[in-house]
Amino acid sequence: MSTTTTFAARDAVMARKLGRRRHRVDAVFRTLALAATLVGLIFLTSIIITLLWRGLESMSITVFTDVTRPPGSHGGLLNAIVGTLIQTTLGTVIGAPIGLLVGTYLAEYARGSKLGDAVRFVSDILLSAPSILIGLFIYQLMVLPFGGFSGIAGSAALAVIVIPIVVRTTEDMLNLVPNTLREAVIALGAPKWKMITLVCYRSVLPGLLTGVLLAVARIAGETAPLLFTSLGNLTWSVDLTKAMSSLPVTIYAYAGSPYQDWIALGWTGALLITVGVLTLNVVARFALRPRV
Amino acid sequence: MSTTMNDSVNKPNIGAMETRSGAALSAARISIRNLDFFYGANKALKGINAEIPDRQVTGMIGPSGCGKSTLLRVINRMYDLYPGQRATGEVLMDGANIIAPGVDLNHLRSRIGMVFQKPTPFPMSIYDNIAFGVKLHEQLSKTAMDERVEWSLTRAALWGEVKDRLGTSAMGLSGGQQQRLCIARTIAVRPEVILFDEPTSALDPISTLKIEELIDELKRDFTIVIVTHNMQQAARCADQVAFFYLGELVEVGTAAQMFTAPQQHRTQEYITGRFG
Repeated sequence: MSTTTTFAARDAVMARKLGRRRHRVDAVFRTLALAATLVGLIFLTSIIITLLWRGLESMSITVFTDVTRPPGSHGGLLNAIVGTLIQTTLGTVIGAPIGLLVGTYLAEYARGSKLGDAVRFVSDILLSAPSILIGLFIYQLMVLPFGGFSGIAGSAALAVIVIPIVVRTTEDMLNLVPNTLREAVIALGAPKWKMITLVCYRSVLPGLLTGVLLAVARIAGETAPLLFTSLGNLTWSVDLTKAMSSLPVTIYAYAGSPYQDWIALGWTGALLITVGVLTLNVVARFALRPRV
Repeated sequence: MSTTMNDSVNKPNIGAMETRSGAALSAARISIRNLDFFYGANKALKGINAEIPDRQVTGMIGPSGCGKSTLLRVINRMYDLYPGQRATGEVLMDGANIIAPGVDLNHLRSRIGMVFQKPTPFPMSIYDNIAFGVKLHEQLSKTAMDERVEWSLTRAALWGEVKDRLGTSAMGLSGGQQQRLCIARTIAVRPEVILFDEPTSALDPISTLKIEELIDELKRDFTIVIVTHNMQQAARCADQVAFFYLGELVEVGTAAQMFTAPQQHRTQEYITGRFG
């Protein structure tokens, strides 16, 4: 009887000691995590505030109505905006279907196969490849042989960036489709391609679209792959076979120039891209959130 | 140890079970002959021989992993989806071996439908859930399709609950309604045989009762095979009961015989709840 009480008392002391220790460790880690979060947030907000402050300086209707002009002549960014829209759209239109098909192959046809593993590996490497390499690749493939920089080469470089992103999200999304759903479709006597297109895609459609939107957001801000492909163009041009302007390349050129008005316009361009990409991200995350 | 069933101590205690009385078994719709099934090198079914009587309910019982669901998945060739799974022997329907190579699987599955353990509504409207399967095999006019949808939902005892919201998503239905939708979707294709793989194990008692009543109603037109873990359910629904253990078909007979006078010791031990 007395031994039991002694043990119980000792256990209680141990528990209190352990409890205090755990509270201390918890407090330390919580503080560290909070501090890291704050550091991240400080950087982020300072970037956004600087962007707004410097970017709004030169913001006017001219930015959207006039093309880039020589320093001191109050130009706009119209050609760069339109060029980015064209190349981003084209890059997505070329890259997204290929990525979708490859992702479908990996998830629905190549589970556990050697070829599938190889394709997945290559795609994941491409996903983290430096984008300037992709620019050089397209430069060799489409710029040198055809004797010049072109909008279509820029679009192709962006498409190469889109593909592995869409492959990854498509495969991940299709892996979320429960096998019981697949079997239910097959049990009705449906061929596999109808199972995939009519049921699997539909059940993860928001996720697939999110993948495409995130890819669009990524390529809209890419500079390096365009430097060697569409080069940039200071005049108005929507000809896909000619050098084409784009916001990131224009920002790159303007920000590095010695002219105050160009630098200011570069900030405005940066603000435009940020707002655009942010909007896409918000749409991808909220509007396309899976409905239960 | 003696395995005679006349020993009164060993008499199965099934006083609480209401068994289907007296129904004789009809002619075979499906005949299974010397069926072996392999998951890779692992033999999951060993020399199965059985007859599935036409327009009656065959209940398959047995402990987990005994092969009853495997057999179900052989009958509609679901195992074909997975490399490494194969079956040998014969499963005869209208004289043709349905596990032979070269069988048109999509057509076979339109004749042998399947309802799964978990309700699996497709991510589309209630109407489209039903029309989906029909469109795979038939081209119907809008009115004919409307009629087929109403017919199958009525047969599945769901029409009254959903007739005013056919255009809404099937994902919004309750679990029991979703399972009846899956049954409606299966019968809309007008199969000859319907396989039920533990159709009520994810449902509440009221929904279970509705599904069981439905099965009783459906057997007038369809040959039914149901896998169940629930002995009472087998007793309530089945005309013929097959008991599986470790990949073997231990015993098969009318429900009355299986639950009152099983011939095999293992059957008796299982249905009296000594294992499994």
